Amino acid sequence: MEAIPSIMAQNLLSPIVLSFALGLFASLARSSLSVPEAAAKALSLYLLFAIGFKGGASVAAHGLDGSLAASLVAGVALSFVIPFVAFGLLRAMTRLSAVDAAAVAGHYGSISIVTFVSATAILASRAIDYEGYMVAVAAAMEAPAIIAALWLATRAGTGARMDRELWREVLLNGSIVLLIGAFMIGAITGERGLKEIESFIVSPFKGVLCLFLLDMGLVAGRGLRQARSVLSPGAFAFAVLMPLVGAALAMPVAAALGLSAGGTALLMVLSASASYIAVPAAMRVALPEANPSIYLTLSLGVTFPFNLALGIPIYIALAEIIGGV
Amino acid sequence: MQMHVAKRVEIIIEAPLERRLLDTISEAGVTGFTVLPVLGGSGRSGRWSREGQVSAAGGMVAVVCIVRPERVDKLLEAAFEVVERHIGVVSVTDCQVLRAERF
Repeated sequence: MEAIPSIMAQNLLSPIVLSFALGLFASLARSSLSVPEAAAKALSLYLLFAIGFKGGASVAAHGLDGSLAASLVAGVALSFVIPFVAFGLLRAMTRLSAVDAAAVAGHYGSISIVTFVSATAILASRAIDYEGYMVAVAAAMEAPAIIAALWLATRAGTGARMDRELWREVLLNGSIVLLIGAFMIGAITGERGLKEIESFIVSPFKGVLCLFLLDMGLVAGRGLRQARSVLSPGAFAFAVLMPLVGAALAMPVAAALGLSAGGTALLMVLSASASYIAVPAAMRVALPEANPSIYLTLSLGVTFPFNLALGIPIYIALAEIIGGV
Repeated sequence: MQMHVAKRVEIIIEAPLERRLLDTISEAGVTGFTVLPVLGGSGRSGRWSREGQVSAAGGMVAVVCIVRPERVDKLLEAAFEVVERHIGVVSVTDCQVLRAERF
């Protein structure tokens, strides 16, 4: 096992993290650099398709066993439980209202697929294998946190609503459909299918991820610039502490599931990351009283960079200890 | 040329609510509308921009409907059901149209 500082140093100087840092710097320095909305959307479609397909192809190559179902159940349970922990911490560490705290808590129970994708790229560069079905676990962990957050908000006396239309939007949101769809295509076509489109989804993957992270840096920097007022010391501390708490909750679960070191690291990454795609949209519909600049700034402006720069190396190092690599 | 009086209702609303708003006003009998992308802006919830959005959650859209004056109340009541609790702007302006039978 390599020391955490050494993994961190390698990670901080990787093209992925440096691209994000470039975007963040450009945005904070008010540069005119920008990525058009349609280009950002295309990059995210590519990343979701590629990661889903590769996960499916890996499952086809290694076969399925009961651990997939157990990992899915564990992922759903983690996603549902983490918001309650986050809510308790937020109420203790910040002065956020119960509604804002519930909305933020929902984001931390759900997952950031870009953090997951970045972690898989870092694992690949370190030649650490992981279970291909972790992609399906990622998709399963998107929604349960929303239910937990709305329950917390309802207890706080808001008229939070989860109607049928919102259920449909959450469960069939474009990211989940593409991720699971590509996973299925990968699982059906297997190694043969992967070989056919390898030049498109394997070789350019890291370059596209760098460009996407450049955009994420720009968006995060813009959010930080415009929402400094919501970043109280308590809220900032929460956004750094909560990913570590989430990862710590996932660690024994991964050990109980018998996941590999790579799989353990990814379950920790999923539990540590905070959503900024599915949950914000659901919160805008179901819980409009919650202030979007709070949850987007904490999730995208603080927790995402923390995980990308420092969190992922820590989770990988700890997973290697557990996984015995 | 013959002109006819009409009302132009413009609703700027959060992107995740677009479908709900369109369904609601369609059910209220307003089947003619235009949805426009909105580049960015600023309001009580701070500044926002469409550039590089990783999620539709932070975006806004503008829905424009032109209706006969006698139908505007029904449209606003229907729209209000959706926009009441949300970030957005609803405005009504007088306008003139060329072909009254189309509205």
